[in-house]
Amino acid sequence: MVESMSGIPLDPFYGNELQPGEYPYTRGLHPSGYRSKLWTMRMFAGFGTANDTNARFHALLRAGGTGLSTAFDMPTLMGRDSDHEWAMGEVGRAGVAVDTLADMEDLFAGIDLGKVTTSMTINGPAAICMAMYIAVAEKNGVGRADLGGTIQNDILKEYQAQKEYIFPPRPSVRLVTDLIRFTTAEMPRWHPVSVSGYHIREAGSTAAQELAFTLANGFAYVEAAVASGLDVDEFAPRLSFFFNAHSDFFEEIGKYRAARRIWATWMKDRYGAANPRSLMCRFHTQTAGVSLTAQQPENNIARVAIQALSAVLGGTQSLHTDSYDEALALPTEKAARIALRTQQIVAHETGAASVVDPLGGASFVEWITDEMERQATEIFNHIDQRGNGAMLEGVYACIEDGYFVGEIADAAYRYEREVNAGRRIIVGVNEFTEGDDEETSLLSISHETEELQLKRLAQVRGDRDDDAVRASLAALIEAAGQPDANLMPPMIDAVRTYATEGEIVAALETVFGTYVETAVV
Amino acid sequence: MGEPPVNASLPPSAETEAPIRVVLAKLGFDGHDRGLKVVARTLRDAGMEVIYLGLRQTTDSIVAACEQEDADVIGLSMHNAGHLTLAPRMVQAVDQAGLDVPVVIGGIVPADDVPTLTDSGVAAVIGPGASAEEVVSAVKASVSRQAASQ
Repeated sequence: MVESMSGIPLDPFYGNELQPGEYPYTRGLHPSGYRSKLWTMRMFAGFGTANDTNARFHALLRAGGTGLSTAFDMPTLMGRDSDHEWAMGEVGRAGVAVDTLADMEDLFAGIDLGKVTTSMTINGPAAICMAMYIAVAEKNGVGRADLGGTIQNDILKEYQAQKEYIFPPRPSVRLVTDLIRFTTAEMPRWHPVSVSGYHIREAGSTAAQELAFTLANGFAYVEAAVASGLDVDEFAPRLSFFFNAHSDFFEEIGKYRAARRIWATWMKDRYGAANPRSLMCRFHTQTAGVSLTAQQPENNIARVAIQALSAVLGGTQSLHTDSYDEALALPTEKAARIALRTQQIVAHETGAASVVDPLGGASFVEWITDEMERQATEIFNHIDQRGNGAMLEGVYACIEDGYFVGEIADAAYRYEREVNAGRRIIVGVNEFTEGDDEETSLLSISHETEELQLKRLAQVRGDRDDDAVRASLAALIEAAGQPDANLMPPMIDAVRTYATEGEIVAALETVFGTYVETAVV
Repeated sequence: MGEPPVNASLPPSAETEAPIRVVLAKLGFDGHDRGLKVVARTLRDAGMEVIYLGLRQTTDSIVAACEQEDADVIGLSMHNAGHLTLAPRMVQAVDQAGLDVPVVIGGIVPADDVPTLTDSGVAAVIGPGASAEEVVSAVKASVSRQAASQ
């Protein structure tokens, strides 16, 4: 029996109308909420070489983290090798450098991939990364069917917000659907797409835009996967979402509740899904990196705690809490531990996990949930019209005409002007600024990282069988030229020859081309 | 590679002197362009002419844009923790091209790195949370210092 701190027995939920676990899931996906399963405390980590990040993974697991989440460096995210001419200065800086299967082997050394679940935040080269993860696991005797986790693999928001694209949108979406088809057939525990609003919000959107653009992208992937020959109920249960937890507490909670309701109704009414799991919007949440201040950085601990609480009251399935020093650098181990402890305090001390959707029924919370849905619906209508009744085509059209980037840039500038004019107070930045004199100790990435990684890459290139690499890349290029071929099997063959990520991307570019953004201010 | 420049300039303000012409760009792979776009609009609203190069620029493409557009100042936005390598390379490329154009950096730059950057010739470093006035005055000051040193 669950009791309050004072010993009052508590029901799993309160209220007589719509209940948690009932369609359209506004109040939550499960009637018992966090009583049956707490959210996964999944801390994003990655820096330096694969060995550096491997050590951080082991530390997070020892501290009670329950899932891994991998941050890759910029060259890896862009599908280029550490020895690419643009990579200088970025190798291992903002995440871990992965060039070949050898790096992936080091990254997960000593971790039982059949036991932990892993999230990999990568998009343009997601299929390559997935292929490497499968190859590492199978080398260690864990079959692909036993692998659990998520790969972000959400390319559409890259053109809208995060800008880590490689190929143009259409062939990129083919890679996304190839991964959906492959995991549907062979990896029942894997989530092949995490449709992400996080980056849209970080780039400056409003909460309603984050909600609408993200779900529109989700609908687009559903249409693409159905067009590739899958039945909606075959893959929809393993789609997942990723939202931002920003500082406006109730607006964020309304956003999560509206997301569940919109997804369920669209999946049922528009896409004809019948399996209840296809209708459930499962999501990961991360606190808003953009809300962290470089001034008086310890104040960020309070911001993160409040944001984390909004995600929990909104019913998130997993959560990353940002570290207080991240407006300055990648987090130190101590800062990352405090961020994890913040989640543990919310989970075990506050009672927030005792009752499902405790704010449901509150007039303001219900109103802001409805308002989020209303604003999102206006945006869906615009995208749908641009696509002549198809969300996938509408998203393509709105990428092409600059709609998404324009809307996001306008919202970002509006916000900045409000802060600048003092209409919006940021504590320690434009108000209450005295007392910012303490030094914060920061993580610094050794200058040897780049050198070590380049040496490692050269060694791998030297040791491998180049004929096997060439043959595997030729097979991949041939498959890429056949629109119905699934690129995952030839991709797995290629990574096993220790072909580099950059070589695989270059091979695909010969068929797919390279995307160049038209800059819009 | 690199993306076509967008000339986002507005007509010059009523001020008597010619408006400052500023080239804004990001070097390398880093894709975080929220800050750069906000700075573009902020400087434009302050009467400057903004040549927005955007993402995935090289030191060569930035130098070429400066020459072509007769720029007074370069603004680089960096969120990839590569500033200690990349910013000095930008300053060097400007010097090698024989240009008298100051380089101003904005983004995620720890305070400890600022002296290293200014020693290497970076004109100003604008940190997170800077107000519009601070951004505008840092750009103006770097241009007038450069003019005074000629």
